[in-house]
Amino acid sequence: MSLGTVLLGVLADGPLHGYDLKREHDERFPAARPLAYGQVYATLTRLQRDGLVETFETRQEAGPERTVYAITDLGRDELARWLDETEQPGPYAADELVRKTITALHAGADSQRYLRRQRAVHLTAMRDLTQQRAAAAEVGTRIALDHTLAHLDADLRWLEETRERIAHDDGGPT
Amino acid sequence: MTTDPVEPILSARGLHKSFGRTPALNGASLVLQPGESVAITGPSGSGKSTLLHCLAGVVRADSGIVTFRGTRLDELTTDDRTRLRRVSFGLVLQFGQLVPELSAVENVALPLLLEGRPRAEAAASALQWLERLEVGQVAGSRSLAMSGGEAQRVAIARALVTSPDIVFADEPTGALDTVTGELALDVLVKAIKETGAALVLVTHDNRVAAVADREVVLRDGVVEDETDHPGAAG
Repeated sequence: MSLGTVLLGVLADGPLHGYDLKREHDERFPAARPLAYGQVYATLTRLQRDGLVETFETRQEAGPERTVYAITDLGRDELARWLDETEQPGPYAADELVRKTITALHAGADSQRYLRRQRAVHLTAMRDLTQQRAAAAEVGTRIALDHTLAHLDADLRWLEETRERIAHDDGGPT
Repeated sequence: MTTDPVEPILSARGLHKSFGRTPALNGASLVLQPGESVAITGPSGSGKSTLLHCLAGVVRADSGIVTFRGTRLDELTTDDRTRLRRVSFGLVLQFGQLVPELSAVENVALPLLLEGRPRAEAAASALQWLERLEVGQVAGSRSLAMSGGEAQRVAIARALVTSPDIVFADEPTGALDTVTGELALDVLVKAIKETGAALVLVTHDNRVAAVADREVVLRDGVVEDETDHPGAAG
């Protein structure tokens, strides 16, 4: 899971400190497990070490000192690279597809292009598995492949529905 | 196959087709290589079936060109186009569309009889195809007495009996449950591979699209840009 790039996607909208970053992330991805603060700060430390975020300012209000982080140009490049990269279809890819699509929408990236390319990658995987299933001698092997194919099919339907939803989106309720 | 492998067997350029004021195709283009299988997919109303019907010479496009082995379909006489459809093209539709008054073997023999082949020879070929598709047991049955899966296999046999160069299939498993559909599709794909025919498949089902070598996505009557697909040339 690329939490780092997802957080870069949140920071692309503007500088935030760790607490607000966690809150914004949890709002964007309501179906995901809420982030732990430790996880957010450990990730920010790593992103800063790699030059992808930088300290924007340090605020001292009523409580303890708070560091506000901003995405760097290198961080924006990394985010753009991740948004352009299709995912290897597999049992745990679905979460990543959702994260990437929502992040792309927020970042104003070309989500239609990503969704189109991801469909091609998924369909290629499905084609390989379909050939394996046709060649499988054991019913057990076919059943196991059926399971993987059904999940890929669900991902593909979601990809297609998402394209339609984005294409027809009028901005939603205000 | 005698065709040069770089020479497409079928090509369509800039097809437009409207039904009344409703546009179905808006400049769709497609190139099919000999022996290649292509799945045409896309949202409802994107023009999938219309494109297939134009490619198969069933429907005439308002404008644009379809060529089969270098010959323009719109320049053929009606008789020649009918013969092309009967001999060089095989068509499989969603509900099989067998002639209900005829038995399975008579249905499959029909394209050969229309070509003037002797009755006994046509029946023998038809029976051979039914057995190859594992529905020899329903040879004497009419379509109403068959299961959906059996009827669809008979329809596949009818599409293949003339050894066509291209088989066009419009939602071939649409009326079948998942497993029956998968079996019918396996049979179709295996037979196509064995005969070296090309396949053009229209489907809204990803699992059906996955049997083809390549996918062509249609949106609003045009083929979506394939160039940014991973692995695509260019």
